[in-house]
Amino acid sequence: MIKLRNQELTKTERVKRKYLRKARRNMKRFQGIKINPSCFHVSQLKFIFLMLPMLLITVLPLIYIFSHAFKPLSELYAYPPRIFASRITFENFRSLFIAASQTGVPFLRYLFNSVVSTTVTIFLSILLGSLAAYSFSFLKYKGKKALFGLNQIAIMIVPVAIAVPRFIVMSSLGLTNNMFSHIIPLLAMPVGVFLVKQFMDQVPRELYESAVIDGANNWKIYTKIVMPLVKPALMTVAILAFQASWNNIETSSLYVDNEALKTLPYYFSTLTLGNSAIAAQGMSAAASLIIFVPNIVLFILLQKNVMNTMAHSGIK
Amino acid sequence: MTNKTTMKKKKFNDSYLFILPYFLVFFTFVVLLILISVILSLTYYDTINFPSFVGFQNYINLFTQDSDFMQYALPTTIKYALIIGPIGYIIAFMMAWLLAQVAPKLRTVLAIILYSPSLTSGVLMTVIWKVMFSGDTRGYLNYFLLNLGIINEPVQWLQDTRMIFGIMIFVGLWSSMSVGFLAMLSGILNVDKDLYEAAYVDGLKNRWQEIFYITIPSMKPQMLFGAVMAVVGTFNAAGLAAALSGSIPPPQLAGWLIVDHMNDYGFGRYEMGYASAMSVVLLSIVMVFYSFSIKLFGEKKIR
Repeated sequence: MIKLRNQELTKTERVKRKYLRKARRNMKRFQGIKINPSCFHVSQLKFIFLMLPMLLITVLPLIYIFSHAFKPLSELYAYPPRIFASRITFENFRSLFIAASQTGVPFLRYLFNSVVSTTVTIFLSILLGSLAAYSFSFLKYKGKKALFGLNQIAIMIVPVAIAVPRFIVMSSLGLTNNMFSHIIPLLAMPVGVFLVKQFMDQVPRELYESAVIDGANNWKIYTKIVMPLVKPALMTVAILAFQASWNNIETSSLYVDNEALKTLPYYFSTLTLGNSAIAAQGMSAAASLIIFVPNIVLFILLQKNVMNTMAHSGIK
Repeated sequence: MTNKTTMKKKKFNDSYLFILPYFLVFFTFVVLLILISVILSLTYYDTINFPSFVGFQNYINLFTQDSDFMQYALPTTIKYALIIGPIGYIIAFMMAWLLAQVAPKLRTVLAIILYSPSLTSGVLMTVIWKVMFSGDTRGYLNYFLLNLGIINEPVQWLQDTRMIFGIMIFVGLWSSMSVGFLAMLSGILNVDKDLYEAAYVDGLKNRWQEIFYITIPSMKPQMLFGAVMAVVGTFNAAGLAAALSGSIPPPQLAGWLIVDHMNDYGFGRYEMGYASAMSVVLLSIVMVFYSFSIKLFGEKKIR
């Protein structure tokens, strides 16, 4: 009887049924989509377990600098070495503070230089980067494609690889021994421009066109319409600029001779390079903590924006 | 007609104003620097006298006379890049993939932990590794291994020339979850869910197939971005060996990279022409890695 039914069916119908049977069989193997679950389930534990070695390697240093920075000197010498401090003290921070004043430059001066140069770098990077990205995404002009292609290639240029010509250019432009030495060389950030441009490409073209019809000029469209819409990408640029500037040792060591114009991480790096004594360990840990905490706080605050931006980070 | 041309002209000017500020810094600190590198590499330049043209002499010296370069800097750099580049990249992808299977809130916390090494420069964080790998019995690793009875006396991790390179690799892998890792994570999270379902209907057998036939092909642009960021990160390890061992140069030039050699000649001996030749060589090596990652993940353009 089944045979008879099979004969009655058209060929397409037969193929379709065969396919469905196979699909049903396949679906038995498929236990739902595991990517991007909405809530926690015990089955996720195995993935966490697989990540455990890497998580340990990355979390241990964090624990270490936090605990070491607050350890009293006696415990730094302790044998066996302990990971956690039993008594919390700010001794290390104080000696760091005092050691800085011995170089003739007060600690707060280094901090001031770092804060000012980092703030200006972030602000200017966002301004220059978003203006360029706006022109790449919305405007039409000669050489745009070539320029964007060049920017694309420049993403892979490793900054340390061109340190020598950068030094030559900086000194011939007279950009040594002033605050601009910390700012100007960091402003060309091809990755930032690329990320903002990719994000701007998501802004509906109708919005731009209707603004043009309403008589808005480019500056108005840029400030009033586009900039508020691409905030996540701008925040990502802010983080990248912050990291480039706040952690930078090179600008202080190469372009600035005047001790009073050097920045915090440079001063800290001289501490860790010069001393290997245990006393310096506590100080270095305190120094690392001071440098590290703003980094992680900023990232935690802005991580949603970063992830949002990264969704459009693809290079084709 | 006249109205139209003036309007056109106005728009034309406007566009250039937007790109101009960035173009100036971009040209000066990227394009110009590369041009200068190439030109200076053909000269002898000591920063005081005007550069004098020497042809390819710098390159010839680099590859035939400079044994520190040929024996240490070049092989160490290539070895380091060949290990850190692919392995760091694969680890970053695996971590991103695993993270994508975890619930959102926990995922955020774990992602921040994994990304934390990239938040600050490697050299600043060497203070940690110096204590971990300290050569006396107080070093955490020595203490741990002594207690377990694996070693009988403390190992001089940071002075032993073979160990320094291994520790550099370790530190490199530790910080391999960079911006590219975040890009890949969001790439994986944004793969269309219907695609998975359809693929399983069509006979996808296991999760490995899922990764290779669905996940990676649908996030190729992010994979390429991640690869580029991995290449950039790999060559950024300047001064790591010196910071770890506490001496410049490190004992027997262990872990001595082209970047270190270049900085040594450029800023230590002021042989800018010679250092520029090294930076051209380094940029060429970066190019090779870059074009390789494009071959792997770039979308084939149909013309």
